[in-house]
Amino acid sequence: MNFFVIGVNHRTAPVEVRERFAIPESRLPEALEKLLSLEGVEEGMIVSTCNRVEVFARSRNGNCDLKEFVRNYYGFKPGEFEQYCFEHDHLEAVKHVFRVASSLDSMVVGESQILGQVKEAYATARAVGAVQSQLDMLLSRAFAVAKKVRTDTAIATSSVSIASVAVELAEKIFGSLQGKSVYLVGAGKMCELAARHLLAHGAAKIYVANRTYERALGLASKFHGEAIPFDNLYETVAKADIVISSTGAPHTIFRKEHGEKFLAQRRNRPMFFIDIAVPRDIDPGLNDLDGIFVYDIDDLQQVVKAHIGDRKREAERAESLVEEEVSRFQQRLQTAEVVPTLVSLQEHLETLRQAEIDRMRGRLGQLTPEQESAVEALTRSIINKIMHTPITTLKSAAREQQESATTVVEVVRKLFNLHAPKAPEAQRDTREQQQEVAVSAGQQNTGVTNPKA
Amino acid sequence: MQPIYLLWLRVAAVLYGLGFIYVLSQLRSKNAPLSRFAVPTVGLGLVFHFVSIVETTYFNGYQHLLDIRHAESALALLIMIIFMGVFVRYRTTSPGVFVLPLVFFLTVASAVFQRPADMSSSPMLRSGWIFFHVSTLLIGYAALFLSFVSSILYIFQARSLKAKVQPGWLSKLPALQVTDELGYKALLIGFPFMTVGLIAGMIFASEKFGASYFGDPKVVLSLLMWGVYMLLIYTRWSAGWRGRKAAYLATFAFAAAVCAWAANYLSRVHRFVAP
Repeated sequence: MNFFVIGVNHRTAPVEVRERFAIPESRLPEALEKLLSLEGVEEGMIVSTCNRVEVFARSRNGNCDLKEFVRNYYGFKPGEFEQYCFEHDHLEAVKHVFRVASSLDSMVVGESQILGQVKEAYATARAVGAVQSQLDMLLSRAFAVAKKVRTDTAIATSSVSIASVAVELAEKIFGSLQGKSVYLVGAGKMCELAARHLLAHGAAKIYVANRTYERALGLASKFHGEAIPFDNLYETVAKADIVISSTGAPHTIFRKEHGEKFLAQRRNRPMFFIDIAVPRDIDPGLNDLDGIFVYDIDDLQQVVKAHIGDRKREAERAESLVEEEVSRFQQRLQTAEVVPTLVSLQEHLETLRQAEIDRMRGRLGQLTPEQESAVEALTRSIINKIMHTPITTLKSAAREQQESATTVVEVVRKLFNLHAPKAPEAQRDTREQQQEVAVSAGQQNTGVTNPKA
Repeated sequence: MQPIYLLWLRVAAVLYGLGFIYVLSQLRSKNAPLSRFAVPTVGLGLVFHFVSIVETTYFNGYQHLLDIRHAESALALLIMIIFMGVFVRYRTTSPGVFVLPLVFFLTVASAVFQRPADMSSSPMLRSGWIFFHVSTLLIGYAALFLSFVSSILYIFQARSLKAKVQPGWLSKLPALQVTDELGYKALLIGFPFMTVGLIAGMIFASEKFGASYFGDPKVVLSLLMWGVYMLLIYTRWSAGWRGRKAAYLATFAFAAAVCAWAANYLSRVHRFVAP
């Protein structure tokens, strides 16, 4: 398992440093080419986003000096960059890839963007042929793990920004926001942001009221909404399902008696007030009315905090899931190493057997069908008996440590004079098929079956 | 020998019980979806239950519904069907917190105390009117119960939204407006059944027993229930009552319904066939 990774991310390096590492998308192919030309590197991939620049590689012989690549590519002097870099190899590198793809390594754990970014980097590397066999396996597995983490844990379900929490709460009250209207009181930045989120989730209509009517007009025109003179505020608010207030007024704007009036006008349909002004615009007493829900900035922040806590707990579950997947992947990879040998061993013996039968046929002349099948059975069973131990050894080697597997594979190849494994490209195409063959051979616990049978 | 349909009914009762226990155990959890275990279990229970009722009907005819133990089973089945329908439509099992215990107890009562229905004694009860009366009222009861559950859930959720904490199962409830619509729809669908069923019963009874029938506790309670039922719909329709006020009314209607159901044991005239 000769995987290596080097890189900088939001944990190891400040943005000024990450900037220097960033590789624009247009220059990625060229960088990949450089990477592949590095001594020992067989495959490679580079992920470059605003939070991380990471270089992945698989080496032929178990070592490769990615630091050298960094030095050469960026033209850094030795000692200039090492302190900002992290490095992982072998299993640790596998785990790292899984964690990055599953968004466990992100600044906001559980955000979904990173998976898309890794997928893009993968596509780029594949297009230039830098990802072929085992790295390909690793990444497809990483994407599967990411998906599993997403569905099996609640890591990505809770919102962690004020605006998205506002949307989430609104959806808890109204279900779908389709057709709901939003009233902005005050034309501040936060108001605009929250409104944008609500619109993106289906809210239909925006009203804006502001002390300065021009600013209301300006904001309303951004959303194709309706600007309302501030004097008409109380007559019109009941039209809206969601009210976001952020004026600079020193006193409250909405009091309990207003709320009662709104409810009567709306025939008790619920209303959601979001108060992001400090000092507050909305009397907390409004929250006591049946059907009116008031959240101020602290309430929203509290929800955000709780969600972050949830995510942390879920992240722990996700971590153990990743651990499991890493060891599963290790096993898979080792099987993948043994399978080609198994298959060529089986092919080799089958050819020998066929050749011997043909030779014998020349001497014995025409056989009866009974004799024919007896000879078949005899030769097959001899080979199966002899091959039983080598094959079980190969298989158990695949389950054990990497080193011993490699040794056993080499010994078997030498003993039976088998040719070197196929080229990586071909190996990838037939990987699934070979695994199937191996599995069926294992189930019958016979050694030699014709792979084509 | 016990008839086979009784066995199916008992299996169903056990499955409902399991679902109920599971739902209870999940109350405090936010993550594990309630539906992963509960829905397959009670769904299987529903299948057994359905088979049981079909077989009972096959062996005994429709009149078995007039036995209170059989009526309990039928009511439980109706409620379960609605519960599953709500699950399919809204992907929520939260009503299960209230629905499953009731269904479980109804089914157990039916499965334990049930006797083979004997209809021969009472030719009066063979009338189609009676069957119509009972089945429409069962639907009415089921719908009323659902709207009661919805309004309770509505209150719970409104309260947790106001308190700004979302503990355990509350975070999995459907949106407030969805719960509200669910309850209102249940009312609107249930009301005509309830009305028609009561009218059918009254026509039938006044022919048989005359005016004295209307002093019967069962009848009084049924009328009370119907009155509250109508009030619920009216306040909702005219003033948009929901939340606390509506829930009080719904609770009252439900209590009246329970009493009306229980009055079968008190009533002299209105009796199910079994003693």
